[in-house]
Amino acid sequence: MRADLDIIADWIEPESRVLDLGCGDGSLMAHLARERQVHGYGLEIDLQNIRACIRSGVNVIQTNLDKGLGDFDDNSFDYVIMTEALQVMRRPDLLVEDMLRIGRRCLVTFPNFGHWRCRVGLGFRGRMPVSRTLPDAWYDTPNIHLCTVADFESFCAARQIQVLQRSVVDQNNRSPSSIRLLPNLFGEIALYKLCRKS
Amino acid sequence: MSGITTTGSVGIVRPQRLNVDAPLALDCGKTLPRYELVYETYGELNADASNALLVCHALSGDHHAAGLHTESDSKPGWWDNCIGPGKPIDTNRFFVVCPNNLGGCAGSTGPTSNNPDTGHQYGPDFPIVTVRDWVQSQRYLGKSLGIRQWAAVVGGSLGAMQALQWSIDYPEALRHAVIIAAAPRLSAQNIAFNEIARQAILNDPDFHAGRYAEKGTIPRQGLAMARMLGHITYLSDEAMRAKFGRDLREGKLNFNYDVEFEVESYLRYQGRAFVERFDANTYLLMTKALDYFDPAAEFNDDLAAALRRTLCRFLVISFTNDWRFSPARSREIVQAMIQADRPVSYAELSGEVGHDDFLLTQPEYVATLRDYFDCIARECGT
Repeated sequence: MRADLDIIADWIEPESRVLDLGCGDGSLMAHLARERQVHGYGLEIDLQNIRACIRSGVNVIQTNLDKGLGDFDDNSFDYVIMTEALQVMRRPDLLVEDMLRIGRRCLVTFPNFGHWRCRVGLGFRGRMPVSRTLPDAWYDTPNIHLCTVADFESFCAARQIQVLQRSVVDQNNRSPSSIRLLPNLFGEIALYKLCRKS
Repeated sequence: MSGITTTGSVGIVRPQRLNVDAPLALDCGKTLPRYELVYETYGELNADASNALLVCHALSGDHHAAGLHTESDSKPGWWDNCIGPGKPIDTNRFFVVCPNNLGGCAGSTGPTSNNPDTGHQYGPDFPIVTVRDWVQSQRYLGKSLGIRQWAAVVGGSLGAMQALQWSIDYPEALRHAVIIAAAPRLSAQNIAFNEIARQAILNDPDFHAGRYAEKGTIPRQGLAMARMLGHITYLSDEAMRAKFGRDLREGKLNFNYDVEFEVESYLRYQGRAFVERFDANTYLLMTKALDYFDPAAEFNDDLAAALRRTLCRFLVISFTNDWRFSPARSREIVQAMIQADRPVSYAELSGEVGHDDFLLTQPEYVATLRDYFDCIARECGT
């Protein structure tokens, strides 16, 4: 089982209405339905993943997130979640704004490009970083909008987005003292709970 | 794709009849005092009658959805691709029921039936029936077969509209609705195409105000024209280009109005073939049922409000190059289901030909149906 599922489940109120963007095979929605009795929908573009959702009884709506979420009403979900998909979007800024329009709360996770291995790769070797969290080469990577923990937080500040909760972890979902001290240098995955500043 | 396969076929099937000796109050205000439904079934109903599946046919379809009527049939039923042992709608697991709709011309009471009041064919006097009327009569058929709740109601195009209407009219009578290549109601453009088809029939000199049977004629030209027009909307521009291009039958222009391009030959063939098997009054009536379909109308044009009463799960499927009922129309349905907080999954599949893809075997389509029906069958314990 994916290690981040438990952290996300902890951040979700039971019996909420949830929208999961880029839901993959539906394992997060299935986990949340089991552990938190949530209901809602996953959004996914890939048919193999859509079929996997159908097989496991997860409601899934075929959607191209790059075309926006115009089909969804304002404030119609308790949570809008997007795990590890921010960096593949054409306009992540617009999508986060759309998520905040639809959901009372938003959960976003992304790989931290400020991790020291990325910095070493680019800073010392002069090469685009390739790591466990970012395994693709520059020419075929789907990750077109990478950011660091510091980038994301300044984005939130500039857009009147309130950070309600943050967790920065390594690949095994642990946050040792090194990460707690210097999250942008040692964290591999960042998880945020957000809402619109009132 | 089409053609006969013995593996996975339900084999030779015999249509059955249900005589309903109870009046049916129709949307138009008239009442059918009694009526007959012809239908086929495939597979076995299980002990608790939980594995029954209703298949609803589209505009020109009928009750013959799968298998053959005789060994020498050249073509199997219209959805034989999908219904049979080991097929997505697996008749080893489901009991499948497919009726011919009221107003049809394949055996159920319709314009070609005898009017008990006059002793003659109904012809144009057969009342215009609606999707809601069909659903009401199908409900009666289900009950007569001992089915109080369908595992699923399934259909494509006009058949999908019946599945949607079922979910709204009889929420407790189905657990799943599978809605393929549908629209929540027709657009002005859809109605416009239907109107031209009707005008072609109504203005055929052999139509005789619908009493062509009494005159011993058939409005061949009009009905063929209506079918030709329909076929244009069933195929995408790309599919027609791939299938016919600008190929000439004789390889040269003849500077006359005979068949020159292959596409003309195709349309004329489709028109001629249709006249042999379909009734013009039925065609008129079926296009009206399409035009009138609008389940949101009773709910202040709010489809989400109509869907809020439903209790089933939904699967909605559209095809990318369907321009008759485009994916945007299916997304309207899905959007309303999400607004109503109903359980729905939606897949937008890349088709091969356009609207008619719902009858074909695009591998992703077949696989998606298989996944969904497999889940339904497991719920039934079959």
